[in-house]
Amino acid sequence: MTLIAEPKSMQFEQPLPLRSGASVRGYDLAYETYGTLNADKSNAVLVCHALNASHHVAGVYPGQDNSEGWWDTMIGPGKPVDTDRFFVIGVNNLGSCFGSTGPMHRNPDTGKVYGADFPVVTVEDWVDAQARLLDRLGIAQLAAVMGGSLGGMQALSWTLQYPDRVRHAAVIASAPNLTAENIAFNEVARRAIVTDPDFHGGHFYEHGVVPQRGLRIARMIGHITYLSDDVMNEKFGRQLRSGLDIRYTTQDIEFQIESYLRYQGDKFSEYFDANTYLLITRALDYFDPASRHDGNLSKALAAATARFLLVSFTTDWRFSPKRSREIVKALLENRRNCSYAEIDAPHGHDAFLLDDPRYMSVVRAWFDRIAAEFQA
Amino acid sequence: MSDRATLQSIANLVPPGSRVLDLGCGDGALLDLLRRDRNCSGYGIEIADENLLACVKRGVDVIQLNLDEGLSMFGDNSFDVVLQIDTLQHLRNAETMLRETARVGKLGIVAFPNFAHWPNRLSIVRGRMPVTKRLPYQWYDTPNIRVGTFKDFEVLATRNRLAILDAFGLQEGREVRRLPNLMAGTAVFKFERG
Repeated sequence: MTLIAEPKSMQFEQPLPLRSGASVRGYDLAYETYGTLNADKSNAVLVCHALNASHHVAGVYPGQDNSEGWWDTMIGPGKPVDTDRFFVIGVNNLGSCFGSTGPMHRNPDTGKVYGADFPVVTVEDWVDAQARLLDRLGIAQLAAVMGGSLGGMQALSWTLQYPDRVRHAAVIASAPNLTAENIAFNEVARRAIVTDPDFHGGHFYEHGVVPQRGLRIARMIGHITYLSDDVMNEKFGRQLRSGLDIRYTTQDIEFQIESYLRYQGDKFSEYFDANTYLLITRALDYFDPASRHDGNLSKALAAATARFLLVSFTTDWRFSPKRSREIVKALLENRRNCSYAEIDAPHGHDAFLLDDPRYMSVVRAWFDRIAAEFQA
Repeated sequence: MSDRATLQSIANLVPPGSRVLDLGCGDGALLDLLRRDRNCSGYGIEIADENLLACVKRGVDVIQLNLDEGLSMFGDNSFDVVLQIDTLQHLRNAETMLRETARVGKLGIVAFPNFAHWPNRLSIVRGRMPVTKRLPYQWYDTPNIRVGTFKDFEVLATRNRLAILDAFGLQEGREVRRLPNLMAGTAVFKFERG
């Protein structure tokens, strides 16, 4: 059975105070829900999205081919997160370019498009915004919050900011903060965007242009880091685009991998907003719950009371198993309920979006236990 | 090893209400039993995907780790009891792991196949490596990379300054306290740092 998705939007007039000291008011959050909220509202699962995703986590839009939600392998009727049992909510973050209020929208205070003036948002701010959405939906407590990568950071932050509102948390292919190397990749991507002549200090909308060159390069860098060396070699190796012969050019595409990266970059630059990319990578850089506890993650996670599932992938070098184990260790030191699966998958960071049977069966079993709690 | 009587016998060694770390916890049956019958809490450590899945299905907290990489994740004395049930014989660094068990746990409980059990001795006398219910593998395909005896463990424990609090054999789910090195297929030790 195909799950039919229907995008919705909720307006919030009351200002949302942000960690930066700024605030936003009159903003929209785009969201989708799947399944049915049960009578005592105990079966809600919030899914937090990663860098270039949205509220459209599962199902398809009617009449649109290839419109599957980004986590459609995981979420749907009979899937690991079973929408026949759970009421699943996908929400698009503030600052995004996929429906929630972001840089390309008008600031109600000035009447002008935000552009680069859209305030810097943090993972914690997103969680606050999501909490307001749940308030409006009448959901006091989540059966589970889950997310991968940057979404995993939000799930973790939920357990610290609103411990009483989260019974379980699935933190997948994530980390307690970014390493310097990770921040470095983000910075290269950001510099590619802001040095694009079409960027215009972030106010490119007024000029009727888009810094596509910068976005392309940002995406190419990102894409490299999401894959493993093995997968790239397997897919492309040193294959030449023109067959057997080297053409002795430094300008044209020679290797297949170049062609692939350019294709991915082109595609991305046509739909993603440059300012959103800057904001989201910054939110990634800033996330560090331990920073408020002298760098002690164990102290930071003392606030969390949820039952955790952590999953990492052996070939993920951007959010490596080592980083997930840091979270596991800190949870164990706090004597929290926690299970940890280290999935031996070849695909690198992207593995969390793919249909690996070991990964899927662990998540399925974990959600089965959660469902048994509210069906008992 | 996982029959009810054997599990029960090992569970009896665990003080009620203990915080337990079960190294090589398999499908989580022992932790499940300890949780239900003895009000214990804790985690299993497992490397095999299918065992990890079985634990999650039972609702037993499980951490996927390779024990040959050590227990650096766990602090000194961070558990009341550390279990190593049918795990020791699979480990490359068995002695290190024994010391780690004593470091992380206030109490350690180890069980492993006793190679000196009389049917094994008989088989050796006849010139063949034993293949029994307890050691069901041929010598060339066994996952047990360490074979030791009840007596051998006593020596190893002393060498590592472990104080043995209790030791007995297990055979067909029954405790064997008379001549365990000869009469039991499984050796069981309960110890603490000496």
